[in-house]
Amino acid sequence: MATTDNLLEVTGLEKHFPIKRGAIVQRKVGAVRAVDGIDFAIRPGETLGLVGESGCGKSTTGRLVTRLLEPTGGKVVFDGRDITHLSVGAMRPLRREVQMIFQDPYSSLNPRHTVGSIVAAPLLIQGIPTPQGTKKAVQELLELVGLNPEHYNRYPHEFSGGQRQRIGIARALALRPKLIVADEPVSALDVSIQAQVVNLLDDLQRELSLTYLFIAHDLSVVRHISDRVAVMYLGKVVEIAPRDELYENPMHPYTVALLSAVPVPDPGRRERAQRDRILLTGDVPSPINPPSGCRFRTRCWKAQQKCADEVPPLAELATGHRVACHFPVDESERTARGALRTATQQDALTPPTG
Amino acid sequence: MSLLSAEDAATAGQSDGGTPFLDVRDLRVHFSTEDGLVRAVDGVSFALERGETLGIVGESGSGKSVTSLGILGLHRRTDNTRLSGEVWLDGEELIGSDRERVRQLRGQKMSMIFQDPLTSMHPYFTVGAQIIEAYRVHNNVSKKAARARAVEMLARVGIPQPDRRIDDYPHQFSGGMRQRAMIAMALVCDPELLIADEPTTALDVTVQAQILDLIRDLQEEFHSAVIIITHDLGVVAELADDILVMYGGKCIEYGTADELFRRPEHPYTWGLLGSMPRADRSVRERLIPIKGTPPSLINLPSGCAFHPRCPYAFRNGIPCRTVVPDLSEGDVHGVACHIPPPERREIFATDVAPSL
Repeated sequence: MATTDNLLEVTGLEKHFPIKRGAIVQRKVGAVRAVDGIDFAIRPGETLGLVGESGCGKSTTGRLVTRLLEPTGGKVVFDGRDITHLSVGAMRPLRREVQMIFQDPYSSLNPRHTVGSIVAAPLLIQGIPTPQGTKKAVQELLELVGLNPEHYNRYPHEFSGGQRQRIGIARALALRPKLIVADEPVSALDVSIQAQVVNLLDDLQRELSLTYLFIAHDLSVVRHISDRVAVMYLGKVVEIAPRDELYENPMHPYTVALLSAVPVPDPGRRERAQRDRILLTGDVPSPINPPSGCRFRTRCWKAQQKCADEVPPLAELATGHRVACHFPVDESERTARGALRTATQQDALTPPTG
Repeated sequence: MSLLSAEDAATAGQSDGGTPFLDVRDLRVHFSTEDGLVRAVDGVSFALERGETLGIVGESGSGKSVTSLGILGLHRRTDNTRLSGEVWLDGEELIGSDRERVRQLRGQKMSMIFQDPLTSMHPYFTVGAQIIEAYRVHNNVSKKAARARAVEMLARVGIPQPDRRIDDYPHQFSGGMRQRAMIAMALVCDPELLIADEPTTALDVTVQAQILDLIRDLQEEFHSAVIIITHDLGVVAELADDILVMYGGKCIEYGTADELFRRPEHPYTWGLLGSMPRADRSVRERLIPIKGTPPSLINLPSGCAFHPRCPYAFRNGIPCRTVVPDLSEGDVHGVACHIPPPERREIFATDVAPSL
């Protein structure tokens, strides 16, 4: 199962949060199936983007992979080693290799600690020797993420949102990890600052040969940063493919709808984008009691009886492109719907006629 | 909308009314705080006709929400808040008028959709009770009639089984449904001016598409004027006819959506466009962010507030640091920048456009 060329391998991963009733004796009356059997692998040096709407289980997946949560089932193999049920103590040495960047730069930094002690904490906890002293090591890290090393003694509240996110990145880099799980690292930031942080993550990946699991709901950012993209819906991966393949030839109806819903920042193509848009009706069903068979069938325009009876397997339909759908969207349907919106620069910048 | 039709619309608006439906002139909102005077909005002017949509774009702290609260008269008039300028709504000036009069208009003639429907709806009251209250404040009708109206509005914004869901509490609704209920509440009195402050920021992309579609439909149906405030250039490109870009409390670029996306002239607008990753195109190597961070409104840079972050500042001895640039009032496209227009266009064509 575990091949050596993948840094991280996830098979059949499950996380069910129990719902309990009863005052004294708690009985389990059901479960929220937050993550319900997903498979993916990440190769060293690559970025896997994980997208989906809120509640689809993407953050839970991130926390399972970093073992902040205990998986209910399935297997997580990191660097050839099964870490699915490692104890806290046995996991600790591995924490050097897997680090996390959190979404909210305000609540993920302790306001009572200085930047210096926040970034130094992983080094001290792990007992990493710092030949030139901890302070020097921390200042190098601050410089690496584009912060002024002289700000070593400042507190988080003295920094802006973008700078705080850089502090969080410096902390994650302190132990020179192999894998970084970034859970919505830029969604709390302003547009211009977001671009700075995305570029920083890009540069760091190149310099330190990092591997990212990039969790986000923003499809534009994910397209920019990822090599491959996995789309989740209600605890399942519905489609996984190399980036351009996924954005240009989406095959799962959910992916097609999701991509068509992204607003196009070009007023000239507004009408075309609106006409091509697939508006999904209703809300995502509850993960406590998900639909039988294919979970997207309740909102899918292609659903048939087979979709209710059989769970579609995640099958490889093109090279590296795996889709969990009984009736994938093909080329002709895409062109008819116009979901394939490839625009060239000229298209966007030619002056309007008339 | 093409340039030609925008001009047509403008002249048509002029010929039948004389003054625009909403006319904001030199609006200023200043707060004095212990740390100094905050010029949250410092001289913003724009006009809007019925049936048109204005997009106000800017980063956090640029003054876009304060502008909308200023129009609705939602600032508490204490010694610490100073409002000046004029807001003309359908021939009536609001800044100088009586609080009670503005209260009558608010909800009835103008209303607002807030960003976060969970915090802007009362958790103790049912969704229906809140919509009914908004309706009965402005209309002298029986509870029964108001309830029927609330059910009708909930149905109109696409809430399934509205006659049952009306008795639910806000927490029983999903995020998208709460936002729909907010829209129903804002529209219950058929307002002619609707201000939507980040209406979709907290929502998922598929729900966002539904809500934007709904706002567009309702605008067509009721022919109201809409102001949409957002930081997302994609959302304004979808909805707005005109766009106003704010930075440091001032309007720095104002024009039709087509103009702004095709021929933006302010370096900040270029920066915003360059910072934005795109889902609809293959990827360019790197994003081109704006350096630095947005300024604090207490301590705004002198001269052009954007000069410390502007890659084109101080070209040929332009006084970026000392002189505040005015919004050049072109016919369709106003830009607050010292760089002479021909040079700006050349920089955009040769330097900026190829990398966007």
